[in-house]
Amino acid sequence: MALRQCAIYGKGGIGKSTTTQNLVAALAESGKKVMIVGCDPKADSTRLILHSKAQNSVMELAAEAGSVEDLELEDVLSVGFGGIKCVESGGPEPGVGCAGRGVITAINFLEEEGAYDEALDFVFYDVLGDVVCGGFAMPIRENKAQEIYIVCSGEMMAMYAANNIAKGIVKYANSGSVRLAGLICNSRNTDREDELIMALAAKLGSQMIHFIPRDNAVQHAEIRRMTVIEYDPTHKQADEYRALAKKIVENKKFVIPTPITMDELEALLMEFGIMEAEDESIIGKKAAELAAA
Amino acid sequence: MTALTREETEALIQEVLEVYPEKAKKDREKHLAVNDQSIEQSKKCITSNRKSLPGVMTIRGCAYAGSKGVVWGPIKDMIHISHGPVGCGQYSRAGRRNYYVGTTGVNTFGTMNFTSDFQEKDIVFGGDKKLAKLIGEIEQLFPLNKGISVQSECPIGLIGDDIEAVSKKAAKEIDKPVVPVRCEGFRGVSQSLGHHIANDAIRDWVLPRRDGKAFEGTPYDVAVIGDYNIGGDAWSSRILLEEMGLRVVAQWSGDGTIAEMEKTPNVKLNLIHCYRSMNYIARHMEEKYSIPWMEYNFFGPTKVAESLRAIAAKFDDKIKEGAERVIAKYQPLMQAVIDKYKPRLQGKRVMLYVGGLRPRHVIGAYEDLGMEVVGTGYEFGHNDDYDRTIKDMGNATLLYDDVTGFEFEEFVKRVKPDLVGSGIKEKFIFQKMGVPFRQMHSWDYSGPYHGYDGFAIFARDMDMTLNNPCWGKMQAPWLKKDESVVEKAAA
Repeated sequence: MALRQCAIYGKGGIGKSTTTQNLVAALAESGKKVMIVGCDPKADSTRLILHSKAQNSVMELAAEAGSVEDLELEDVLSVGFGGIKCVESGGPEPGVGCAGRGVITAINFLEEEGAYDEALDFVFYDVLGDVVCGGFAMPIRENKAQEIYIVCSGEMMAMYAANNIAKGIVKYANSGSVRLAGLICNSRNTDREDELIMALAAKLGSQMIHFIPRDNAVQHAEIRRMTVIEYDPTHKQADEYRALAKKIVENKKFVIPTPITMDELEALLMEFGIMEAEDESIIGKKAAELAAA
Repeated sequence: MTALTREETEALIQEVLEVYPEKAKKDREKHLAVNDQSIEQSKKCITSNRKSLPGVMTIRGCAYAGSKGVVWGPIKDMIHISHGPVGCGQYSRAGRRNYYVGTTGVNTFGTMNFTSDFQEKDIVFGGDKKLAKLIGEIEQLFPLNKGISVQSECPIGLIGDDIEAVSKKAAKEIDKPVVPVRCEGFRGVSQSLGHHIANDAIRDWVLPRRDGKAFEGTPYDVAVIGDYNIGGDAWSSRILLEEMGLRVVAQWSGDGTIAEMEKTPNVKLNLIHCYRSMNYIARHMEEKYSIPWMEYNFFGPTKVAESLRAIAAKFDDKIKEGAERVIAKYQPLMQAVIDKYKPRLQGKRVMLYVGGLRPRHVIGAYEDLGMEVVGTGYEFGHNDDYDRTIKDMGNATLLYDDVTGFEFEEFVKRVKPDLVGSGIKEKFIFQKMGVPFRQMHSWDYSGPYHGYDGFAIFARDMDMTLNNPCWGKMQAPWLKKDESVVEKAAA
């Protein structure tokens, strides 16, 4: 099987890293050879696989060694649960330097050093919340990730973010082979959440590939720096991730997304009762003015 | 060939514009004009200080070039760090001929390159720590430096390094001024913004350092502002001011020191040569310290004498007499220069395209030699520069702002000047076209051209370029109509 490169995007705090690691653990469990590339300066994309606080990152090690050319692949590559290969691009602490450049440097390094060997079935890029600059778009540029999965929930901001990410994909899809492969709904237990995300996915021309219910087992495993798959393989939540993994393995629906306008998105949210219709008459009015009226 | 009429010049501009696509044509049209001395404000005829069009081969530089290369670089006893990747500093190293006195590497540092040599990791993790370390190393290796400036290259602005915080902390540690300059190359449309940013940095970080401190002044204290001592220009200017009885407290910034700059707020009058690059600081000193300023022109004896008298008029009779004495002393020397070169240069026509003050300031020097400037333009001028140019140029002469490679070549082909004065990139194009050329940024490795001494060199240089026998030998012998064959046949 040819190497499939997938990137996971989504609003910050939505559960991308947790979802990715559980998904990857399920893939590994089923015998797939997988690598995770963390593209977030926080470097927390591999901790559940490696049981470590934070893996030594490419950029951190490069800074110590002098330059990225001084590094060897084995310096930055760790192997964890189920033979999963783990790399963190790393980057500066908040407020200094250029994290986006760190992602670019790290991914180029991995390519040059031959990290993407032929034995691999999947590479997953776990990318920082918002695609704030070109660096974080690196995994979807230059024919790296071909499949993009967006993690979202039924909350308004998560859906805004998903739509924006779809816009980013369109930009690169027209010049390359990157495609939207589906939305992963990481439930926040909002009303009619599955229907809402399915409706959004349909508008984007894509699919909701799986609905992951909320379950405390994920947190219990996470405290132990483990995935649910490893911590409690018999738990029903583990089966949810296995189901997601199976759907991704079998996924054939790769599309150039059709992002929707703000108005369309708001209409969708209103339809599901997440947003009230705007009352034009109150816009720009101070409390005193409204009281007088 | 006689001069073009107004109609012919206008037609020439239209003809040159014809090859451009519609959008480029519309833009470039505003930057080309036929001079009309009756126009009071240049904005009625020419647009300047706008973004260059991509692809036109502009001659402009960047904000870093304006700050590090022009304003700060010549301050000889400071170390100027090119902060960022190695290229900006290394490829501009010692590129400008700002002469200075001192022992390079010991107490002066003008021709050296100091850079933080950014690597990938500095971009990703920020360069502030490296900058702090670099300043410490500089202090250790070159303890006689009198201060440090941090000249930002592009990445500094992109990654948002806090060079101000590093500079403040380092200044305390080494007890010397450390000046952060935000002159990232991508800012603005040309080096002109770099001049402004550099002036502002001097205003904020240098001038206030001696506010309220004792200064033994005289009524005759002046500062020379905007003379970069190219080939010794500031020296040949300064001696004239001193000879007439003035005391030159500071040279900005050719052969200048930071101590001189700090003392400048005590002078009685600021004398501005390059208005474009340093008018900002003169205006600031006028506002904050009530120091009047005036422009002057030290190219060619006519303008030198005019300027000396205008400067003297701001002082008492002693200085006025001094100015007359200086003018009288040099008059016979200048006459000898003119007698020697004018007959060889009389009636020759010149086209210029340079930066700063030269597109207008050198016109008088050419006129002293009987030559005429028939076309001129500024690389990075603003409309106040063109305001000052209209009266100096003849009617129906060409004005071209931020001229493109194509326009300049076409204008020269049609106007057929006897001499072109511009930069190094233009030099070889015109020489290959068989047009005598002087590199008027660095005086073609000659100079000084300022002051009376400078005029003698200027006249000699123009003569040796224009009347060089090589121009008659531009055609390969085998392409020539063979006169000797004709002669032989006749014999």
